[in-house]
Amino acid sequence: MAILSKDDANTILKKVLSFSKADECEVTLNGSSGGNIRTARNMVSTSGAVDNVSVVVESRFGKRSGIATCNEFDDNTLRRCVQRAEEIARLAPESPEYMPMLGPQTYLQPNAFAQNTAGITPDYRAKQAGASIALCDQKKLSSAAFLEDTAGFVAKRNSKGLEAYQQYTNLDFSVTVRTPDGTGSGYAMADYTDIGKFDAGRLTQIAADKAAGSVGAKAIEPGKYTVILEPAALVSNSDASLLGALMNAFDARSADEGRSFLSKKGGGNKKGEKLFDPRVTIYSDPTHPEIPDLAFAGDGRPRQKTTWIEKGVVKNMFSSRFWAQKSGIDATPPPGAFIMEGGTQSTQDLIKSTAKGILVTRLWYIRPVDPQTLLYTGLTRDGTFYIENGKIKHPIKNFRFNESPIIMLNNLEAIGRPQRLAGNLIPPLKIRDFTFTSLSDAV
Amino acid sequence: MKRRDFVGLTGLAAGALFLPSFPGFGGTLVDPARLLEPVMDAGVNKRLADAALNAAKSAGATYADVRIGRYLNQSVFTREKQVQNIASTESFGAGVRVLANGTWGFAATNTVTEAGMAKAAQLAVQIAKANAKVQKEPVKLAPQKGYGEVSWKTPIQQNAFEVPIAQKVELLLAANAKALDNGANYVNSALFQVNEQKYFASTDGSYIDQDVHRIWPTFGVTAIDKQSGKFRSREALSSPMGMGYEYMVPKAADKIAGPAGTGLIGYKNSYDILEDAALAAKQAKEKLTAKSVTPGKYDLVLDPNHLGLTIHESVGHATELDRVLGYEANYAGTSFATLEWKKQGKPYGSKVVNIVADKLQPNTLGAVGYDDEGVKTKQWDIIREGMLVDYQKTRDQAHIVGQNESDGCCYAQSWQDVQFQRMANVSLKPGTQKLSVDDMIKGVDKGIYIAGRGSFSIDQQRYNFQFGGTVFYAIEKGKIAGMLEDVAYQANTQEFWNSCAATCDESDYRLMGSFFDGKGQPSQVSAVSHGSSTTRFNGVNVINTARKVG
Repeated sequence: MAILSKDDANTILKKVLSFSKADECEVTLNGSSGGNIRTARNMVSTSGAVDNVSVVVESRFGKRSGIATCNEFDDNTLRRCVQRAEEIARLAPESPEYMPMLGPQTYLQPNAFAQNTAGITPDYRAKQAGASIALCDQKKLSSAAFLEDTAGFVAKRNSKGLEAYQQYTNLDFSVTVRTPDGTGSGYAMADYTDIGKFDAGRLTQIAADKAAGSVGAKAIEPGKYTVILEPAALVSNSDASLLGALMNAFDARSADEGRSFLSKKGGGNKKGEKLFDPRVTIYSDPTHPEIPDLAFAGDGRPRQKTTWIEKGVVKNMFSSRFWAQKSGIDATPPPGAFIMEGGTQSTQDLIKSTAKGILVTRLWYIRPVDPQTLLYTGLTRDGTFYIENGKIKHPIKNFRFNESPIIMLNNLEAIGRPQRLAGNLIPPLKIRDFTFTSLSDAV
Repeated sequence: MKRRDFVGLTGLAAGALFLPSFPGFGGTLVDPARLLEPVMDAGVNKRLADAALNAAKSAGATYADVRIGRYLNQSVFTREKQVQNIASTESFGAGVRVLANGTWGFAATNTVTEAGMAKAAQLAVQIAKANAKVQKEPVKLAPQKGYGEVSWKTPIQQNAFEVPIAQKVELLLAANAKALDNGANYVNSALFQVNEQKYFASTDGSYIDQDVHRIWPTFGVTAIDKQSGKFRSREALSSPMGMGYEYMVPKAADKIAGPAGTGLIGYKNSYDILEDAALAAKQAKEKLTAKSVTPGKYDLVLDPNHLGLTIHESVGHATELDRVLGYEANYAGTSFATLEWKKQGKPYGSKVVNIVADKLQPNTLGAVGYDDEGVKTKQWDIIREGMLVDYQKTRDQAHIVGQNESDGCCYAQSWQDVQFQRMANVSLKPGTQKLSVDDMIKGVDKGIYIAGRGSFSIDQQRYNFQFGGTVFYAIEKGKIAGMLEDVAYQANTQEFWNSCAATCDESDYRLMGSFFDGKGQPSQVSAVSHGSSTTRFNGVNVINTARKVG
């Protein structure tokens, strides 16, 4: 039941709308089915399966809105759910930020669903986890990994004529491999819409190589260094990240209100200003074949291909519909994922062209320090290496950094070839004067 | 792309402080009146639980436990003069965990009937058997006696769900008005309330009925200097608590004056949100022109509302046995405080550092009668006079450190998540000598006083950390000497706790806590408190976080 076809979803959506007595009514169906398996110390620790479909009903009387949800689909339950949304709406205060529901929309058609991902079984998960464990057993290394897969759909329909439907699939895998004495650690992660290319053993091999290579790390002085940041040091699906933080800050309202790095002295925002190196272009595109995404935002707004930063210039900010109307701008929804344009160089190529620098595999525990400057702190983790004369010279101990993505994207030396990570398409970056402020003994 | 991304989209635009468009904590959105309806009946639950336990045993399980849970949440979000969102949610279902062929298996269902429970139990056994094929060592559980039919309830005075939403909205809007009247440009406020109704049963013969309550009022106030484009925020100095609505009713006896010259007030077991909002606005404005700190070594005097997070990150997580053993290596990380490190007998902290783990302390977020694997809770020492003496453990971990009982640290965020080791309340014991905050400050020549939570970051083995705060004051020659900005301190856990010079006495002791502490894959949240009195640390490295951009 978890993944309803467009027709089956529409049958339920139309039925729910027929029960509505409100001025406006919008119904959303969300369904997903999937599972996970977790390993540690070369053994399976937990695993589970999740299967759920829910209905969200929003009813409105004038500027009053109420929302109710249910996860059963008999007529009585659905009718009661609509009634409950209407009762809550009648009791709610009028929203000063009320916007009428959207009418019919035209959506792009991303291909975000793969049948083989939707068909994953508990045996498949155990087999992939087993391959990861076997490799580490053989090399006498210790691994901890997590595999999570989801197949789902979203369907939406309202009394103004809006109709939306899309299916999607996803698999995330990450693995940390450590040497038995705890002096080496390596990491690999990947995510897929279609699991055709997924191989837990291959990813575990990458982590195992990093673990072995990071043994015997030497301490070097904290300070400003040229760094090569691999994509896992720039975006994450389990932690805050430098580029994720930058994109989250592209909210027009915060900027206009004066509490964002995009706020302008004296009022207004910095749209149209050049804030980054001219080689920086970041956009989103739900139809990109490597990272297909949902074609509509949570409130039903279509997601178009949108450029956020073009050649270093702030081109667009996202906004709520209310704020867009109030300030006379386009109501661009926030992106689900983003793409940073890059070149053709591999990480290895970037290393080759570096006289002195540091290769950073991954950054961790990234937290905001100052929202005014987007200063963030965090640490390197799972493999940090000193580069000299175009070669990796030796592993080094981990550092704490204090750095802002704004400063970082002005100190750009080179951009590599983008790759999919955490649903985004991100190149490795070579950055000069990246600020490390202290050493960490952590491995 | 996952469902949580889709749900989270509208929150993305909401700014860093709150996610006001988020519809709740999960679960089904319901009428607030539903939160007061009794649904769970211990007699019915026993019959349902037995159906699952019997099915698990018949399918080959050597051990099984069942958690039938009704998780109720309500959140109210406001900004300035308006309500942003009110959500009341209910989530009801059951999780069955089994041991079969020496391996864990787990399945959950929201079909809470005898047939539905039996089916979940059979699926859990099937998953356990599939995973056993790649398992090497069988799970060993510490022995646990059955308690029979027992119950426990958070000793609240007023169920927060009994208070009309209009009254809560009125209070938050009144706090917002106080902030705006005192010069704030923007203010967001929120009230989170949680009630976990949990029925646990196991093949050990326990049938445990629990009713757990938690509450957290909070806000963020922002002041802006339009001319310079500078903005500064000040967060609430409240704490999330294991209490009912009585926490929202201020009592004079619960207020502790902060250091002379700061105007700060510390709150014990009740909170004055109106008073704090007014002060927050004044302090947010003051922060706009406060002196930027000169980096260097300072003696730090840390308020309990700040120190709690430092304890949480550098002691609480570091002494979780699952992290120590490597079970969290792929996500949260491991710990420097390994079994080998403990054997070396190195001091974790100075002699004044006495840290206790506790699942009993009243008003704390972690207080329950029994944990989520049916173990009666307790209090135990983690650090005694600076030395690490124990860890936090669950039933399947105790044997690894040569012990034969769990510490009662098992928790799942809902019926549909598998339970695993979570942090107990971990608190610094107050000093035994009489010592007030003002007396402590009198002895500091060059220092910084820090209150409130701010930025926090620590490495995956809990060595190197950096903490900010909400408000900072310079201490010069034994006196508060004005507000500071751009302060963060960086330290190594062992150096930091070994620099602990003194902690104030019991009269200054207060709780702070984490309402949404994340751990595990898939990630689960739990709530945990940390108590302490104001404490002094000598010679800590302070950095200046100001940067120039654009």
